[in-house]
Amino acid sequence: MHQSPAPSPQPRAPTHRAFPTHWPARIGWILLAIYVVWAVGQLDVTWARFAAGIDNAAKFLGRMFPPDAGGDKWESLLIGMKESLQITFIATLLGIALSLPIGLMAARNLMPAWVVWPARGLIAVSRSFHEVVVAIIFVKAVGFGAIAGIGALVIGSIGFVSKLFAEAIEEINPKQVEAIRATGASFMSVVLFGVLPQVFSRFLGFATYQFDSNLRHSTMIGIVGAGGIGGTLFAAFQRFDYDFVCAILIAIIALIMLGEVLSSFVRALFTENLSVIEWFRRRFGQTEPERRDRALGAMEGS
Amino acid sequence: MTDRTIEIKGLVKEYKKGVPVLKGIDLSIEGEGITAIIGPSGTGKSTLIRCINRLVEPTAGEIRFQGLDLATLKGADLRNARRKIGMVFQEYNLVERLTVMENVLTGRLGYMNAFQAWLRRFSAADIAEAFQLLDAVGLGAFAHQRADSLSGGQRQRVGIARALMQHPDILLADEPTSSLDPKTSVEIMELMAELAGKRNIPVIVNIHNVELAKRFCHRMIGMTGGKVVFDGPPASLSETHLKEIYGGEDWLH
Repeated sequence: MHQSPAPSPQPRAPTHRAFPTHWPARIGWILLAIYVVWAVGQLDVTWARFAAGIDNAAKFLGRMFPPDAGGDKWESLLIGMKESLQITFIATLLGIALSLPIGLMAARNLMPAWVVWPARGLIAVSRSFHEVVVAIIFVKAVGFGAIAGIGALVIGSIGFVSKLFAEAIEEINPKQVEAIRATGASFMSVVLFGVLPQVFSRFLGFATYQFDSNLRHSTMIGIVGAGGIGGTLFAAFQRFDYDFVCAILIAIIALIMLGEVLSSFVRALFTENLSVIEWFRRRFGQTEPERRDRALGAMEGS
Repeated sequence: MTDRTIEIKGLVKEYKKGVPVLKGIDLSIEGEGITAIIGPSGTGKSTLIRCINRLVEPTAGEIRFQGLDLATLKGADLRNARRKIGMVFQEYNLVERLTVMENVLTGRLGYMNAFQAWLRRFSAADIAEAFQLLDAVGLGAFAHQRADSLSGGQRQRVGIARALMQHPDILLADEPTSSLDPKTSVEIMELMAELAGKRNIPVIVNIHNVELAKRFCHRMIGMTGGKVVFDGPPASLSETHLKEIYGGEDWLH
């Protein structure tokens, strides 16, 4: 503690607090803490139980290594991965194609209420269930295989992409739209020239994110029989074939990482008009000062 | 040449019921030269101009132009009338992510269907004219740049080119210089006067800068509180009138 200085000439009574206590928030945090403690007690989360689990996990991990995908396994791995990838591509394309009109119809600043509410209802229903639940429904309806998987992921894509797309449209700058309307353009032309250019890059972002997401989901829906690597993975688990499980997991990780690189590449190409070479240079061959300069330059330019 | 006179009769606009912003405007604006509308902020100048091309829906009254009542047009008739009315905006209102060329060509959207527009199938004549207009506003070298890379003055030049691309019979300008520095403001007014003058397009301009207005207009309309309180040539606009339009007098000296 340092010495307190001489009292200032006009000591100010602390009547005005810069950050007044927000009681509702404080009470909320306290309630949340109480709930967590209670829930932990309910669920039998104890140290002994955890230690027993760790022991089991060590044995399991030991059986996973080294990963093995020799002989027949290699082929079934390839077939499964190929099917997952195909499900992803087809479902993402279809889902995005359907999300465009649905998202447009759900935008309150462009459409009358009688169009908006059915579109929003459709989106809400699509979002209600997890992809795996939808996949189970599709498997029951159309049978085992990739078609069920594609259907499930299309529904999931519609729910996610159209909702975000509608929100992006609701946030556009109305002045640009007004200017296009003032030229006497038809409604569709206004959408094409006044609305879409403003949301295109965000839409592309949603679409590539959904591609990533579908890639992950496509590796899982196979567990319920909707095609893809998930089926292979589940079968391997059932056979206690843990080294093959490990090989499959590594393959999935590789695929997801590849998908991420691919989607950031697509975004860069379309939204920043970068050439392929420029993209590589920026991503891998740039020093920190260069990056800062560019950010500053962009701010100046705007 | 078609008749380019605008007759406004009893124009009323209420954004909130019972609170009129325009309280019965009667104006006849002859189809030539530049007419300036001056007045304090919030007095309905923008609303008046936006009622003409129906970016704002009038509550009551008539706006007669080329044998039509602009105040009551609907659907395709309204769009066909709009394409003959060019507009220049205070904040330029360019579509930021489109190129300069695409922005200028949007002036032709009223003359083509959405499918042609989507495929960028503008006629060769339109494209040639767009290049000419860009040269005329001094931006010939910027055709392929994105609009958001331009400065304010450059953006407004594109805005003027876009409006003229419509082949308008009248040009509306809503505070076209309010976001610009003094020098650029004069240049923009000069450009508008020159290009519209060459084409015999009458211009109605909302403007805050009284001196700038006097310099370019042949007629000034002073509005205050939703009514017209002065109407005449710039030379007859006295300090007394300005006091009446803007209120008070301290700011005059």
